[in-house]
Amino acid sequence: MAAYDIEIILNRQLADCLSIPVFITDTVGNLIFYNEPAEEILGKRFEDTGEMPVEQWSTDFKPLDEQGQVLPPEELPLVKTLKNAVPYHLTFHIESMQGTNQKISVTSFPIIGRTGKMLGAVAIFWKTNEE
Amino acid sequence: MKINLWGVRGSIPTTGPETVYYGGSTSCVDVWEDGWLLVLDGGSGIQRLVVNNELATKRIDILLTHLHLDHIQGLGFFKPLFDEEMEIHIWGPAGSSRTLHSRLSRYLSPPLFPVLLRDLPCKLTLHEIDNSIFQIGPFTIQSAFVIHPGPTVGFRVSGHKSVFTYIPDHEPALGLNGIITNNKWVSGIDLAQGADLLFHDAQYTVEEYQCKKGWGHCTMKDAALFASMANVKHVLFAHHDPYRSDTELNEVFATFQKDNSYQFKYELAREGMQITLP
Repeated sequence: MAAYDIEIILNRQLADCLSIPVFITDTVGNLIFYNEPAEEILGKRFEDTGEMPVEQWSTDFKPLDEQGQVLPPEELPLVKTLKNAVPYHLTFHIESMQGTNQKISVTSFPIIGRTGKMLGAVAIFWKTNEE
Repeated sequence: MKINLWGVRGSIPTTGPETVYYGGSTSCVDVWEDGWLLVLDGGSGIQRLVVNNELATKRIDILLTHLHLDHIQGLGFFKPLFDEEMEIHIWGPAGSSRTLHSRLSRYLSPPLFPVLLRDLPCKLTLHEIDNSIFQIGPFTIQSAFVIHPGPTVGFRVSGHKSVFTYIPDHEPALGLNGIITNNKWVSGIDLAQGADLLFHDAQYTVEEYQCKKGWGHCTMKDAALFASMANVKHVLFAHHDPYRSDTELNEVFATFQKDNSYQFKYELAREGMQITLP
C-alpha cells in the first residue's frame, strides 16, 4: 500500500487545522479525507468511516438547486474539477440523509503536484446566507 | 554495500574543537558497491571525499536531495569535477519553473563561485528527477518528494542485498498533531520501508521543534517514530543542529535514550563513520 504524494498529505494536514469543512478526494472521486467540520455535512465521522468510495459518500446528501430540483452530479464543482482539473465554485442547497436542508457554497480546486500530475481534488464548503 | 559519512551537520559548516567528534561538515554520504560510487549530496563534507583507484569505471554519480546551500556548497571543491577524464552525473530535483541546470548555476557561477557549471572540465550530465526509479550500475534508486521547503527528494538505494535510505532533510510531522500514524499518510515512508539502514534528519528536541515548525526538519522522537513505522533495522540520526556542540549533542541524545526505547538500533551519525551492509 503506497503512501500518498506529499501534496495530498500536506492538504490533509492543512484541512486538519481548518474550522471550515474540507473534503479531499483522489482522482476518481473517492473521499480519502474529510475534516471534523465536514463530518457535520456527511453526518459521519472520518474515524468511523475511513476512506469512502465515491459511490458511497456521494449518496449521503442530495444537492438541490434554487428551485429544489436535484442537481446532476456533472454540475457539482468537485465533479467538474475532477473532470477538467480547474477550480469551480457554486452555491446550492444540500439535503442530508436526515432531511435537513442547508444552503452552502462550495469551492473546489485540483491538486496538481510538482510533477504536473493530477493527484486529486479539494472541496471547501461553507454555509451561506447568500440569496 | 559500503557507506561512508563525510558530512552530517545541518545548515552550515561548524568545524571547530567543540564539534570535532561528530563533525562540522554539511551533508555528504558516499555509497560503494562493485566499484561503483554514489555521492549523496554535495555539502562541505564532499571536499574530503577523495577517489583513488577504487572506481571500476571513470564514472561518479552525485545525487542531490535538494539545492539548499548546505547540500551543494562543496560541489565546487570536488576534485573529479575538474578532471577531464571523469564522467560525472548529477541527479537532482528541478523546480516547478526552473531547470536543474538553471538552479545549480545560481550557485556555480559568479559572483558566488568563479567557475561556471558549463566550464567544468569533466564530462558532466545533469538528470532531473522527481518521484523516479532509475538504475546506476548495481544500484536501483528510488527518489520521491518529501516534506521540506522547496523541491526536495529522499533516496532509497538498493544494492545486491541491502537497502540504504537517505532522507537528511525531512519534516514528516508538519501538521496540527504531528505524524499521522497511518503509513499511507506519511511523507517518505515508501523510501524507508524495511531498509537496512536509514540516515534521517533528527535536528531538534521536541521542545525546540515547537518554535521551528515549517523549517523543514525533524525531532529525534519523530525520526524514531518514522523509522518504527517503516520497520527499518538501523537508524542514524543526522542533520545535527549547527549550534550543538559534541557535549550538547551527547546530552540531548542521552536524554532521548532515557525516555525512549525501540526495537531497532539507533545512534547519532558521526562524520567519518563507515558502515558495511551485507
